[in-house]
Amino acid sequence: MTTAPITESAHHDEVSHGTPWKEYFSFSTDHKVIGIQYLVTSFVFYLIGGVLAELVRTELATPASDFVSREVYNELFTMHATIMIFLWIIPSLTGGFGNFLVPLMIGAKDMAFPKLNAIAFWIIPPTSVLLLLSFFVGPASAGWTSYPPLSLITNKAGEAIWIASIILLGTSSIMAGLNFLVTILKMRIPSMPMNKMPLFCWSMLATSALQLVATPVLTGAMVLLGFDLIIGTAFFNPTGGGDPIVYQHMFWFYSHPAVYIMILPAFGMISEILPVHARKPIFGYQAIAYSSIAISFLGLIVWAHHMFTSGTPDWLRMFFMIATMVIAVPTGIKVFSWVATVWGGKLRLCSAMLFGMAFVSMFVVGGLSGVMVAAVPFDIHVHDTYFIVAHLHYVLFGGSVFGIYSGIYHWFPKMTGRMLNEPLGKLHWALTFVGFNMTFLPMHILGLQGMNRRVAEYDPQFATINMICTIGSYILAVSTVPFIINAIWSWIGGDKASDNPWQALTLEWTTPSPPPHENWEIEPVLVVGPYDYGKNHKMPVNMPPAKAEPVLATGSTTQDEGNPDVANENSEE
Amino acid sequence: MNVPSSVATLIVGIAITLISVWVGQNNGLLPTAASVEAAQIDNLFNAMMAIATGLFLLVQGALLYSLFAFRKRKGDETDASPIHGNVPLEIVWTAIPSAIVLWLAIYSFDVYQSVNSGGFMGSDHMAHAQSKVVNVSNQTQLADMGSGMANPIDDSLVINVKGLQYAWLFYYDGTDIVSGDLHVPAGRPVELNINAQDVIHAFWVPEFRLKQDAVPGAETHLAFTPNKTGNYPIICAELCGAYHGAMKTRVIVETPEEYEAWYSSRIVATSDNASDVAEASPHAGHQMASLTLNPDNLKDLQTPSVASQEIQALLSSAEPLTAPNL
Ligand code: HEM
Ligand SMILES: [Cu+2]
Ligand SMILES: [Cu+2]
Repeated sequence: MTTAPITESAHHDEVSHGTPWKEYFSFSTDHKVIGIQYLVTSFVFYLIGGVLAELVRTELATPASDFVSREVYNELFTMHATIMIFLWIIPSLTGGFGNFLVPLMIGAKDMAFPKLNAIAFWIIPPTSVLLLLSFFVGPASAGWTSYPPLSLITNKAGEAIWIASIILLGTSSIMAGLNFLVTILKMRIPSMPMNKMPLFCWSMLATSALQLVATPVLTGAMVLLGFDLIIGTAFFNPTGGGDPIVYQHMFWFYSHPAVYIMILPAFGMISEILPVHARKPIFGYQAIAYSSIAISFLGLIVWAHHMFTSGTPDWLRMFFMIATMVIAVPTGIKVFSWVATVWGGKLRLCSAMLFGMAFVSMFVVGGLSGVMVAAVPFDIHVHDTYFIVAHLHYVLFGGSVFGIYSGIYHWFPKMTGRMLNEPLGKLHWALTFVGFNMTFLPMHILGLQGMNRRVAEYDPQFATINMICTIGSYILAVSTVPFIINAIWSWIGGDKASDNPWQALTLEWTTPSPPPHENWEIEPVLVVGPYDYGKNHKMPVNMPPAKAEPVLATGSTTQDEGNPDVANENSEE
Repeated sequence: MNVPSSVATLIVGIAITLISVWVGQNNGLLPTAASVEAAQIDNLFNAMMAIATGLFLLVQGALLYSLFAFRKRKGDETDASPIHGNVPLEIVWTAIPSAIVLWLAIYSFDVYQSVNSGGFMGSDHMAHAQSKVVNVSNQTQLADMGSGMANPIDDSLVINVKGLQYAWLFYYDGTDIVSGDLHVPAGRPVELNINAQDVIHAFWVPEFRLKQDAVPGAETHLAFTPNKTGNYPIICAELCGAYHGAMKTRVIVETPEEYEAWYSSRIVATSDNASDVAEASPHAGHQMASLTLNPDNLKDLQTPSVASQEIQALLSSAEPLTAPNL
């Protein structure tokens, strides 16, 4: 088995005592602490958003509006989506995994701007408290898309708080994006050129570009919407001569790229996790790396596919339809490459791998429905129906959330120095997989048959299917229990993790678990490619330079062999 | 019993193809098709469904097969073979999706063109005839033209639609008819000029497969030809407030004769009673609906909407003015 033998520092035991818990509540500038701060905070919001979702599903268990009032119902789904998107998926994927992994993967001591990093994180807790406080004044209730004029006339105080929160969270996201971009471009160890970078770093590069380019437009839209709301300007308000469609353009110019901000990091994690547990190199390194960049670019020119029924001119609908369909090609390349990576491997079916494979499996469903809704004539039928709800949950839950879980199972040992419990992990996986499909698969049918979204009541003909969805959502709620128990219990008393429990080859596994402050005592040198599995020979320990005490090195095959971009030369089986 | 792998691949390929084609044709996922447009959109959907099924089976099959066939054997500590890629294969799985997507784009474009033949979707349409050519009082002329406001260019029935919290109002162009549900004759092209009074709504008839947002301060358009008589729901598809889910009415596709009868009865009712009310105040439209809505229809609605409750209330207060039932 290819391993990256590590000559550990003589001070190993003293270095890897982990971070004192108090530090997690401080303004720490250590990227690992910040990463874990992001992950834990966002997970708490996942649970809060989840409770809101269960309330929504409970209302929808029966056709009549009989559980909460219609006003409250609209508040529930608006806050559910807002919390899930802005306080769970974006912060956990970019802030959480991005922060923890990027410096470790490129051999850096920390992010380029550690203070900025800490500020970006510390914007989130007060903002989220602010957002939650809006429950006391009646929170925003115009959907997470907050289209005017509706958003200007319902629950104004809550809407104002919502706008302020989005501006603050957007600012945090821009700061984080800037930090990742500079870190990835400038802080790699000298022996790591771009084309030997782990694929997660490529995907974070693509993500950070989107954060930087798209988020300011959202901020702009929010400022204008806030003016309309608070001081009565008429940028978007038709009663004063404004144009509500302009808001939609500005909103989706950000929010379509935002869906890629929510999936590209997960793409990257899956590209790391599958090879490790399949004991096989990633299939088509360059294709996966460049397709991230392609998706990032194309993602900027497809936004109006959310507006096919808004009165968008015909030629624009056609342009955005074709651009949207084109994105399916780089996305397909990734999916096929992952399948080919797994194919013929020696699969270690641990929880991380199971979630990783489930990610591919579920994301494909969302990708296929995505291409379908890109076709304008069909989208005109299903737009704003449960078909869209199904699509977005297959990509965001089946994609992003499965990706996050996979990442947690995979990197938990590195983050905490403890192993997660495998049987509990598998139980978590099975419950999540079943609950997820039971909740969201039937929604495709609902949408096609005529059930619109964001409704508290519906036609009785849809009662059976909705009941199935609601039961599925309860299974999903239960599925988090084994995970939470597992995470807390393992963090405190789980088996001690070795430095490299998965025999993985990327740099983060060459340092102790958990890594010491500043990650390595001596800057690591890249001697083996990130995906060079399958060499199957015992490797001699890399001898350290004569002067120092034993150093860290990642592997010992010669540099040429460890080169992912020679991939194509030995491509035949 | 060693089946050569190429034969196995062939069999799997044929099986996937057959299943996909079958699913494409027999998925039965869409409701009744009641417009000319619906048939074409359904064909597009079925084609996409077939392709999607094929890709779904391919990927899920490969993953599932791997899960069992390629699991690590106990005690095997070696890695799998170091395959880094395969250029011809990668070209294939770039080229085939590109071809599919290209074909799909052209096909969708084509369907869109023909569904949208009048160029009546979207807000960019300029040449719409708004003029009231036919005077309402001129009953004979109306009858000659087959009832309803005829678009001078083609035979389209033009109806102005207003969405408001939480009801739809249909103003038959060139007449004083205002109705809370949409009566149209089968087989005749209908053109809707859609507008909203307060917030954004969306006009959706699942059986027509057509949807168009109603935007305050702008006019949008939708054209279709119903071709199957019956009652179909009109659903508001854009979140418009607390009672969004209750914002429902229906489109009644009638035979030309039935439509004619309804139309004549409405012309009489509205021109007798209330033609001036419509102009009188901004709320007049709302009130008009109450005057011309058929109370029997309201009872049929599965979910009584607020709007209909409101209208019911108005109805009872304005009883003497209520139009005769069909
Ligand atoms: C092959 C790739 C994809 C394509 C072609 C695609 C296409 C589309 C289209 C055309 C819509 C608009 C549908 C409508 O509202 O009528 C849509 C909605 C949506 N998509 Fe995708 N999509 C893809 C992947 C993704 C991914 C990866 C994500 C996120 C991780 C995502 C998240 C969403 C969300 C959240 C919505 C609904 C937004 C809303 O109205 O609330 N999609 N997608
Ligand atoms: Cu999009
Ligand atoms: Cu509505």
